Amino acid sequence: MFEGISTQLLFGQVLLGLINGSFYAMLSMGLAIIFGLMSVVNFTHGAQYMLGAFIAWLLLNYLGIGYWPSLVLAPVLVAISGMVLERLLLRPLQGLDHLYGLLATYAVALIVEGLVRYKYGSTGLPYDNPMPGGINLGFMFLPYYRLWVVVFSLVTCVGTWLLIEHTKLGAYLRAANEKPQIVEAFGINVPKMMTLTYGFGVGLAGLSGVLAAPIYQVSPSMGSSLMIVVFAVVVIGGMGSIVGAAITGYMLGLVEGLTKVFYPEAASVVIFMFMIISLYLRPAGIFADKESV
Amino acid sequence: MVRLLLLAVVAVLAIAAPFYFYSVTLMTVMCFVIFACSFNLLLGYTGLLCFGHAMFFGGGAYITGQILKATPISTELAILGGGAAAGLLGLVIGYLTMRRQGIQFAMITLAFSQFIYFIFLQAPFTGGEDGMQAIPRNDLFGFVDITSNSTLYYVVLAITALCVFVYYRVVHSPYGEVLKAVRDNQPRVESLGFDPEKIKLVAFIISASMAGVAGGMKAVVYQFATLTDASWPISGEVILMTLLGGLGTLVGPVFGAAGIILLNDYLAGFGEWALVSQGVILLVVIVFFRRGIVGELSALVRYLRRRNRTEAPAAQPAAATSGH
Repeated sequence: MFEGISTQLLFGQVLLGLINGSFYAMLSMGLAIIFGLMSVVNFTHGAQYMLGAFIAWLLLNYLGIGYWPSLVLAPVLVAISGMVLERLLLRPLQGLDHLYGLLATYAVALIVEGLVRYKYGSTGLPYDNPMPGGINLGFMFLPYYRLWVVVFSLVTCVGTWLLIEHTKLGAYLRAANEKPQIVEAFGINVPKMMTLTYGFGVGLAGLSGVLAAPIYQVSPSMGSSLMIVVFAVVVIGGMGSIVGAAITGYMLGLVEGLTKVFYPEAASVVIFMFMIISLYLRPAGIFADKESV
Repeated sequence: MVRLLLLAVVAVLAIAAPFYFYSVTLMTVMCFVIFACSFNLLLGYTGLLCFGHAMFFGGGAYITGQILKATPISTELAILGGGAAAGLLGLVIGYLTMRRQGIQFAMITLAFSQFIYFIFLQAPFTGGEDGMQAIPRNDLFGFVDITSNSTLYYVVLAITALCVFVYYRVVHSPYGEVLKAVRDNQPRVESLGFDPEKIKLVAFIISASMAGVAGGMKAVVYQFATLTDASWPISGEVILMTLLGGLGTLVGPVFGAAGIILLNDYLAGFGEWALVSQGVILLVVIVFFRRGIVGELSALVRYLRRRNRTEAPAAQPAAATSGH
């Protein structure tokens, strides 16, 4: 059907698309969770993703802590820093117009990115692949690490979904999203839940950063450009929908990968084109179950 | 009366300024004054946070540059062309973006601006990564030579004055009042028979065209247009300028733009510190004085006046504080 395009190239790009999609999915899920409960568009998300990768790099190079412990340690550290940020900065801004929360997190992103760039320069730092090698599937070569990223992110996304849809904690979270006052009246500490939620969402970003470190180089700007694409993903999926964010993430990663095969010139804009089409056809978002907030 | 006097002082200062300061820096400040005014019209008076305003700024720069390069059309018309193109872009993007309300508007406009950025990166006429070079300064009105910076300064000054005047007229017109009403209570405005979507869209188009004029003017001043003009850090910068100066204040953008441009100039040699200091300033403004420089100052003046009025009949010494 598609003559002239080798299966090697096709499957290579599909895999790459899935990998990018994994990051889109994890990042947009975190963004959607934070937005859902706190109505904060977390502009620091990209910087926190970058921090995850950087912490992994620092742990390896200064303390000799390898990839696997970092996969737990770095997200936890990012989550803790996020919770501190939430308590010190976002909490006082809660009652104000939502745009202040957005701008405050944007300011923090500028500071974090600037400081990291000042200390480590803007060139990428390499991070060794913890799972070298791969298998030859006949039609393509599949590196183990890339397989691991796709599988791990899928597990994370499904796990997060189960947590939110099928546990008591998740039920509180969804309820607090709808009617915070009533949930509070039931004796649930909503502010504390917000802090934890922010920590969790941001931890997801940190986790994605560690996952990304061996694939992309660790650099101060790795988060900011990715974040804009993730914003588009969240807009397409519908701001409130956590599952929608994840599914849209994978889908658009794939679409982007396929565009690279069939029409490379449009690869960098295809996601934004999807956003325009979806805004036109489904203004509230593909997976939104209610009118746009 | 005081107002007119103040205006006259500002005019004299502006005319005399190039004899004391580097004219290119002054012209840059003026470009950003227009840009910040256009942004303030949206955020300050309409309540719309556009996080991709650089697409209009950069778009205006490229279109103006292209007109000047490809045709002998006079400079002022080319700048107008840049503004018109940006306004058209604003119409399309505004139409699509208004479908989502509130804070999502910021995310969507940011994504749009990135889309436009990539288009500029690949379009044949923009020169890609190298930018558009050697933009000529065609004669003003077809016969006034503006190749020297000292002449151009007064052209830029005139355009800036005109733009600020238009901005002032828009804000103080009946339409401007409706705009503020939409910002404060949209359902109420809707119940009065207005169409808020349309009102906001018009504001978005006006703002986009003004940003385009600002960008076009910058392209004329520097004689090149680059991708930086259309990149999202510029969108962030204009937000910072507006907030620093004072959201929803008339002269706030002037102070904000001047402050940030001078700061950038000063910190240019310190690399990453420009970024960090911008972040810190933004944070300080958001947390401690959300009304910005002009907003806080006028609040202070109002406070002192009120105190004066209540204390004046009782005690004479209160008059001493009125000088502050």
